Amino acid sequence: MSIHVFYIIMGLMTLSALWAVMARSLLRSALALACASALLSISMFVLGSPLAAVFELSVCAGLITVVFISTISLTQPMSWHETMQHVHDHLKKYWYLPVILLIGAIVLTTVKVTFNIKVPETNVPADVRDVLWHIRHLDVVGQVLILLVGSFGVSLFFKEKHKK
Amino acid sequence: MLSLFIILPLAITVIVNILPKKMVYPLIGAVVGMVALVQMAAVFLPVSQPLEIMRSLGELVRWDLAVDSLTLVMLLSIGVVVAVTVLAGTQLIKDKEQYFQFANLVLLTLTGMNGVVLVRDIFSLYVFLEITGVASFILIALQKDSDGLEGAFKYILFSAVATIFMLSAIGIFIMSAGGTSFGAIQAALQASSGNIMVLLAIAAFMTGLFMKSGLMPFHGWVPDAYEGAPAPVSVMLAGVVTKAVGVYTLLRVVYSVIGFTPQVKMILMGFGVISIVLGALAALGQTNLKRLLAYSSISQVGYIVLSFGCGTALGFAGALFHMFNHALFKSLLFVNSASIEKATGLKDMERMGGLGSKMPLTGLSAGIGALSTAGIPPFSGFWSKLVIVVALWQAGLPVYAVIAVLASVLTLAYMLMFQRKVFWGKTLEGFQQVREAGFGLMVPTIVLALAIVGLGIGFPLLFNTFMLPVDRLW
Amino acid sequence: MSSMASTLFLPACFFVSLLFIAGFYYILATNNLIRVLIGVELLMKAVTLLLVAAGYVSGQSALMQSLVITLIVIEVVVIAVATGIVIGIHAHNKTLDARKLRNLKG
Repeated sequence: MSIHVFYIIMGLMTLSALWAVMARSLLRSALALACASALLSISMFVLGSPLAAVFELSVCAGLITVVFISTISLTQPMSWHETMQHVHDHLKKYWYLPVILLIGAIVLTTVKVTFNIKVPETNVPADVRDVLWHIRHLDVVGQVLILLVGSFGVSLFFKEKHKK
Repeated sequence: MLSLFIILPLAITVIVNILPKKMVYPLIGAVVGMVALVQMAAVFLPVSQPLEIMRSLGELVRWDLAVDSLTLVMLLSIGVVVAVTVLAGTQLIKDKEQYFQFANLVLLTLTGMNGVVLVRDIFSLYVFLEITGVASFILIALQKDSDGLEGAFKYILFSAVATIFMLSAIGIFIMSAGGTSFGAIQAALQASSGNIMVLLAIAAFMTGLFMKSGLMPFHGWVPDAYEGAPAPVSVMLAGVVTKAVGVYTLLRVVYSVIGFTPQVKMILMGFGVISIVLGALAALGQTNLKRLLAYSSISQVGYIVLSFGCGTALGFAGALFHMFNHALFKSLLFVNSASIEKATGLKDMERMGGLGSKMPLTGLSAGIGALSTAGIPPFSGFWSKLVIVVALWQAGLPVYAVIAVLASVLTLAYMLMFQRKVFWGKTLEGFQQVREAGFGLMVPTIVLALAIVGLGIGFPLLFNTFMLPVDRLW
Repeated sequence: MSSMASTLFLPACFFVSLLFIAGFYYILATNNLIRVLIGVELLMKAVTLLLVAAGYVSGQSALMQSLVITLIVIEVVVIAVATGIVIGIHAHNKTLDARKLRNLKG
């Protein structure tokens, strides 16, 4: 796996992030986000984290995109009107971003950051499932807790109003 | 054994949601209150002699949890404020279903905060910070009114950005440490102290924590969130959530992980002083009661960070004590504001006046809370301010000590303004019907006011029992 | 830890910084609440990339993967709650313009 593959994936991801920011319609912005998530997932495969890559693909590129699209469609009537209203000066505001990114890229490549962090030896088991279940079980409890909280939130905000 | 602080509320939440509604709805407030009271009792009972069943339960889960005096003070504050919140909520949230959701979310926030103060591992710390955060978001927007939703959104935005900063720092920390526990990271940071990446990571982490504590200039979400939240939620938010999530984490991470380098001390003291002064000045100009209390909170957090930043044991004790006192007097003041809001329907102080004759207990306790905030004897706030000023003086920082004292004068000024506008003078026309607040609001008011007075009078006796654990910690 | 792994980290940091810039710019420049959330999501992607790259470089990919999985769960819940709040705001104000949210001032 050469480093060039990594560069290509990263470049594509930056481009789709750029598209997400500069897109005129909200829907395109959300889809560009999904694209960026998918590319992130691929890069995670390349970087040796297959399990997390699958999670990222199914949850972020899938679930979160669905949430965003449903929110956009639920708030559609007025937000479409606004988008039409602002579309002609949209580009005026956002063309700064590619310029800033270019400047940022040039600055970052010229800054020489030496990076010699000595990484100590560890005996963490190499299998993610072992690590998650045996070592980080507090995090799993945390996930259960936050899912409980999330379920309360969702039932509060997404409930249909009963007509009394 | 310590894992019970997390498992018990979690189990109760699950059980309470499975049981039939008719059985659970009237009892939920009492259940959550009981959990909070048990927590307060557990802080004082010796942890070294648990019951056999609890010991065997504790053996089931081996988590990296630990207690020290900082954690104990936080556990106590959490218990007190949650009990007060749930009790005040009975008066302020009349809808049974909404109260059920409220109590459940409060219980989950309690679990999150317990986790934050008990863990000794940087990623679990992040997980529990997020749990507390999400539960708070939902609580702020609980009644779905326009102000609440707006305040909640601002809080989400600031909290998410702070999380991003902290997570990037955590990534660098874990990479250089090979593990996630505080001890491992502390060793790694000391080994690679000059590395620019590590320094950037430390700066990013502290910035994230400043944003979560509401320290200036990152305080943008605090006034809106405190004002927009429903009244009992404001009590909990101001009393303990910001302290557990922001200030405690800052103290814990600087103490256990980053260490007291001169730059860290300078940053802490600098930002602390800015918050004290600007928060007090902003509070002077407020007409909305809850926003005044919000800016006052920002100012008091500045005191805590300033005292902690001077780096001595006495400074640490002052910070701890002031954090606990703040939980007491700020909760008291917010409960009073809730009583006022319920009785008059107003939050704007310009339209209030002369409520003191109609609501004597509220007026008196608000006076106690106000004077304690300003640091007037014989209330508990006086002692913690005194310890802070003495610690600063002893650490060779007389300028900061003088600023702290002058800011106390400012605090007194805006607190007196609040008292005058709301309680003194002639009762205005529209307020003839106003009566004292009900049971659920009065009990916490009286208890908190008595606690403030009691701590204030009894402090000289308690000082040694208080300083000893801090000395052992240091 | 191969030498290629360690040479990967700085380029990864470079791209992470670019994504940070894009995300922060989006949050600061936009008026629409949903775009703000998309910007937050972009920032989260950047941090996830940073974590995974850090794991790859230091050989602790298993530990980092479990952290990333937990992070993704938390991220989903935060976004779900945030979009719920945005829907609530829209129901009240009939608009998603952040400039109209000037109710709380001072």
